[in-house]
Amino acid sequence: MMPRRLARALGWAAVLGGFYVFVYLPVAVLVLFSFQDGRLPVPPFNGPTLAWYGKVLGNGRLLEAAWNSVVVGVGSSMVATLLGFLAAYGLARHRVPGRRLIHAALVLPLTVSYLVIGLGLLVTFNAAGLPKSLLAVAIGHLVINLPLCFLVAAAQMGPAEARLEQAARDLGASEWQVLTRVALPLALPSLFAAFCLSFTLSWDEFVIAFLLTNFDVTLPVVIWSMLRTGLNPETNAAGTLVFAVSLLLVAGAELVLARRGRAAR
Amino acid sequence: MDTGERASRTDAVRGAAWAAPAVLVTAAFFLLPLAVMALWSLWTRTAGGVDRTLTLANYARFFGESALVAALFNSLETAALVTVVSLVVGYPVAYALAFHVPARWQRLALVLAILPFWTSYVVRSYAWLLVLAPNGVVNQTLIGLGLTEGPVRIAYTMTATVLGFTHFFAMLVALTVYAGLKRINPRLLLAARDLGAGAVSTFLRVTLPLSVPAIATSAFLTFVLAIGDYITPQILGGNTSLVLPQAILFQIGRRGDVPMASAMSLVLMAVILVACLVALRATRTEPAR
Repeated sequence: MMPRRLARALGWAAVLGGFYVFVYLPVAVLVLFSFQDGRLPVPPFNGPTLAWYGKVLGNGRLLEAAWNSVVVGVGSSMVATLLGFLAAYGLARHRVPGRRLIHAALVLPLTVSYLVIGLGLLVTFNAAGLPKSLLAVAIGHLVINLPLCFLVAAAQMGPAEARLEQAARDLGASEWQVLTRVALPLALPSLFAAFCLSFTLSWDEFVIAFLLTNFDVTLPVVIWSMLRTGLNPETNAAGTLVFAVSLLLVAGAELVLARRGRAAR
Repeated sequence: MDTGERASRTDAVRGAAWAAPAVLVTAAFFLLPLAVMALWSLWTRTAGGVDRTLTLANYARFFGESALVAALFNSLETAALVTVVSLVVGYPVAYALAFHVPARWQRLALVLAILPFWTSYVVRSYAWLLVLAPNGVVNQTLIGLGLTEGPVRIAYTMTATVLGFTHFFAMLVALTVYAGLKRINPRLLLAARDLGAGAVSTFLRVTLPLSVPAIATSAFLTFVLAIGDYITPQILGGNTSLVLPQAILFQIGRRGDVPMASAMSLVLMAVILVACLVALRATRTEPAR
């Protein structure tokens, strides 16, 4: 008879193993059949080919949309990171009346679905006579990313940082110097992580981009329109590349934060 | 005015100045659009444009039209089901990671368990479509094993939507609950064992109650994000039983009825607000630790 401890360990291993199979199944199928030598991304797997990646890299519309996504993502994430940091700094280091209310207002967009945010902007821009554009999408992504950047920046405004800033002030630094030479460098790793997170969310965001664009679209919107043609290995290849970019960014943010954690210890 | 008062006022002005850009962006591109949408929801679409008389007609129509009420209930049902299933799937994983994986491997095991979280919404749903399609991996396996004669219809059903959602949110639950379980003081668990509680009893009377905040947080996030999502039900669920976000985009895309879509968005927001209040209550009435 199997000892009970071994049986229990095997049971937990099965729980974890089953979960890994569940979460990796769609990813594995997506990636595997992006190399499918055939026209359908379903079994049987006919052997590897890079033809679909060639097709993706030769697809002008897809590349243009990818570039649009990069521009929208970098722009909106940079602004979100900067504004989030400034707001966190202002509220943490100064006695602003009503700061709890301001804090709540800045975090509020997190509780509203992307669809509602996109629709609100669509209606408002329409009423103001502003056309659909990538700028409108960037504004939408700024709205969804600002609360996250604010929270990430606020989380690292600790007493240790405050003492360093006070020391700089005592040594004669101006408010501007305190901000740019002390507070900002201290916050830089968290801000980098916030930027990466924002960019990932913007890079993947569909519904706001779908509502606020006409002809110049972002990558998820093009992939969405590719879905209308049904299952296609080219879509697999494009999806695999999109996933790879997200993973690189997350890994980058993780590495910077991990290094910072080690340095702090 | 004495100097102390003046100093505190300068301090307040400085702080407000740093926060001003973020506050302005939030006011102009978040709060204002919500107000505009609320106003539009009180107008009505006519043949030639929009009738600007204030009326609750859209809301009356929403709750009077069975297809639209059905969309609301489909949304509630899907989100509630997804929340429960994600907790049932994700909690044991978090527990296994926290208590049954050697400490040095935990971080790696956790990161691996939530890595697919970073696939984009659209791509992830498409990937599930590949898995669940009539000639996809699941059906070919079932047929190969002789379990079914022909393909089982999973794609384009609510089951597919729930499965696709669960994939995403079980990872979220695993991450949140893992963090909650790691915060439990291990001495409490040892004390329970020393006082004679078995593994099951320790879990039910110590571990589980102490992880209630993490459960509430992840359940809340899952419910709110699932009920507001358009892509997963649109790609995986098909057009048979629409959820509210699908019905909203239908009003805009096919019917060009912006006032109605605005009213429905506010209904969606109200539902999410109620969920927020319930979640707040649930975390507050929990016994003091």
